Amino acid sequence: MRGFLTFLSAVAVIALGYWAYHQNIQTQQALREVERLQRAIVVERERLGVLRAEWAYLNRPDRLRELVDLNFDRLNLLPMTPDQFAVMDEVIWRSDPPAPIVEEVEDILFSASEAEDLP
Amino acid sequence: MTDPRRIALRPLARILDARQKGENPDAIERENLRLRHEQQRDRLRQRAESRLLVLAICFFAAFTAVGVKMTALASSEPEEPRSATSGTSIISTRADIVDRQGRVLATNLVTNALYVHPHELIDPEAAAAGLAAIFDDLDAETLLRRFGSGSRFMWIRGSISPEQQQLVHDLGEPGLLFGPREMRLYPNGAIASHVLGGARFGEQAVNAAEIIGVAGIEADFDEELRDPARNGAPLELSLDLTVQAAVEEVLAGGMAIMNAQGASAVLMDAHSGEVISLASLPDFDPNARPRPLLEGDPSQSPLFNRAVQGVYELGSTYKLFTVAQALEEGLVSTETMIDTQGPIRMSGFEINDFHDYGPRLSVRDVLVQSSNIGTARLAQMIGPERQQQFLGQLGLLEALDFEMIEARQGRPIYPSNWGQLSTMTISYGHGISATQLHLAAAYATMVNGGTMVRPTLQRQESPQLGERVISEETSMALREMLRAVVAEEEGTANLAEIAGYEVGGKTGSADKPNPQGGYYEDRVIATFASVFPANDPQYVLVVTLDEPSISVLGETRRTAGWTAVPVAAEVIRRVAPLLGMRPQTVDPELAYSLSSASQ
Repeated sequence: MRGFLTFLSAVAVIALGYWAYHQNIQTQQALREVERLQRAIVVERERLGVLRAEWAYLNRPDRLRELVDLNFDRLNLLPMTPDQFAVMDEVIWRSDPPAPIVEEVEDILFSASEAEDLP
Repeated sequence: MTDPRRIALRPLARILDARQKGENPDAIERENLRLRHEQQRDRLRQRAESRLLVLAICFFAAFTAVGVKMTALASSEPEEPRSATSGTSIISTRADIVDRQGRVLATNLVTNALYVHPHELIDPEAAAAGLAAIFDDLDAETLLRRFGSGSRFMWIRGSISPEQQQLVHDLGEPGLLFGPREMRLYPNGAIASHVLGGARFGEQAVNAAEIIGVAGIEADFDEELRDPARNGAPLELSLDLTVQAAVEEVLAGGMAIMNAQGASAVLMDAHSGEVISLASLPDFDPNARPRPLLEGDPSQSPLFNRAVQGVYELGSTYKLFTVAQALEEGLVSTETMIDTQGPIRMSGFEINDFHDYGPRLSVRDVLVQSSNIGTARLAQMIGPERQQQFLGQLGLLEALDFEMIEARQGRPIYPSNWGQLSTMTISYGHGISATQLHLAAAYATMVNGGTMVRPTLQRQESPQLGERVISEETSMALREMLRAVVAEEEGTANLAEIAGYEVGGKTGSADKPNPQGGYYEDRVIATFASVFPANDPQYVLVVTLDEPSISVLGETRRTAGWTAVPVAAEVIRRVAPLLGMRPQTVDPELAYSLSSASQ
């Protein structure tokens, strides 16, 4: 009886030792994985930072203003002024529904700028 | 259990033997018992000793373990538990600065620094020539001389672009090395440059460098921006990038048309104190911050922030405060007639008006037509102590607590001996100097219903509820008068009339002081402090032009009404729609043109 108990506890100790060792290895692997992910996050963050900076740089007001001036004949963009506000009632809605959009965007812009040139 | 070694206490053979010899057999039993006890005692001692040994080994092992661990802890580098590291260790960089809508005003970019190990150079001459070809401002001969100076390490560049890095790589020289560098980037260039200030490298090591803010909000919030506990959260400013860009554009145009030396503008929320736009021209690119002037007038440097550092006499704009105090203290009503017969002579000084307004004007017209004499009479009623106390309450006598380090230099100047004459000149803004930002804050306080507003660059969620300076009624009367300055024919600022936005404001033109003493005849600081819409003030705008002059109908005009006012009007026309303000009244002609355009 006693010998059996001793044997059993020895087996238990070995099993627990194996389990602890296994957990240790797993933890180390997980930590390595976390470290790798964190490095990846750093790289991604840096990339994100660069992209954000680039986005901000491309959208800087000076550049947008230049682009607006360059493309004035196509876009007809002007600074916002108070007279661009209106009450809903003042808008005269089209009675016929607009034709479905089939043309290229370029064509739409072109026809729009042409239409505005007319009195 | 029976022990095999166990000896019988009374072995029969020996007992019988003893009986035969006539000995006492009990002695044998006692003797055996004694032997048995001795044996038992020896066994027990042995067992106890072995147990003690085991226990000693256990204790020894335990104390050794503790000792080893302690030695290990004491001798090893401290280290954070790896499993506990969160995102904070990743974000070690300086926080971004964004505007009120989250658009980036300042961010970091990873670039590389270039350095040389001259002893590792294979062909120093080729390396020097190659570097000189890549970087325009480097000279091959100087570089070569430095390579040969015996130093084992030298910096070439603090931060280089990826293209330059590739070119340096292409030189194929093992002695040219790169270190990663975080660089502060201001993507919008010169826009809001005075607010942002700039940054430079502090302590430099091969693989990192510290970024330190040198001016503006970068310097004021340096600690907070560098704090890792921010966890990368950007600093949100009250500025609006679009509005700021529009203000700077209009201001630059106005400065050119008015032939001004400089121009500045402050646009502020009248209730929350948020500074929506703060512009000062000429400006600079914070990415390549110019060096401060070593000689000459620092106010001529583009680094000089006119709106925050420039302490000027702001002229007639101060009349509002005199009128406000006179109304608030119940000395007069808006319709009380004031003697404007001039000039007033006092201790060798003469107070004159721009032109003669006749013998009497109502308090309202004193402000609308900007009569120095009338205002001086009001100040006489108020008296020096109460005037000083009122201006002090408005914060016009001390440097502002504003989130830019330059604000500490904007300390108002006023006479140490505040006598009767000073009271009269100060009433119309002469003999007292303050910054434009002071003026904007004081105007906001006057028109927002009368509660104190402190200007701030940080985004606010709710209006400031400061201490009450003037009553609601006085504030309303002031708004009506400011509106009249713009709306009425006799007003000094009728060029600021914009359809849809009821602009109210007050002009001020003050002669510039000559450093040699006295005032210049032909150099003025023209200021227009405005509020819109006047019936429900949302924003306060102060525009200042430095030495403007414009030729109108063959006459050179320098007063604010001809210079600062049209510029401010254009600023409001451009900025109000950007701030999402609908025009309040619809001009019938405007409505017609709209409806015909959409046909």
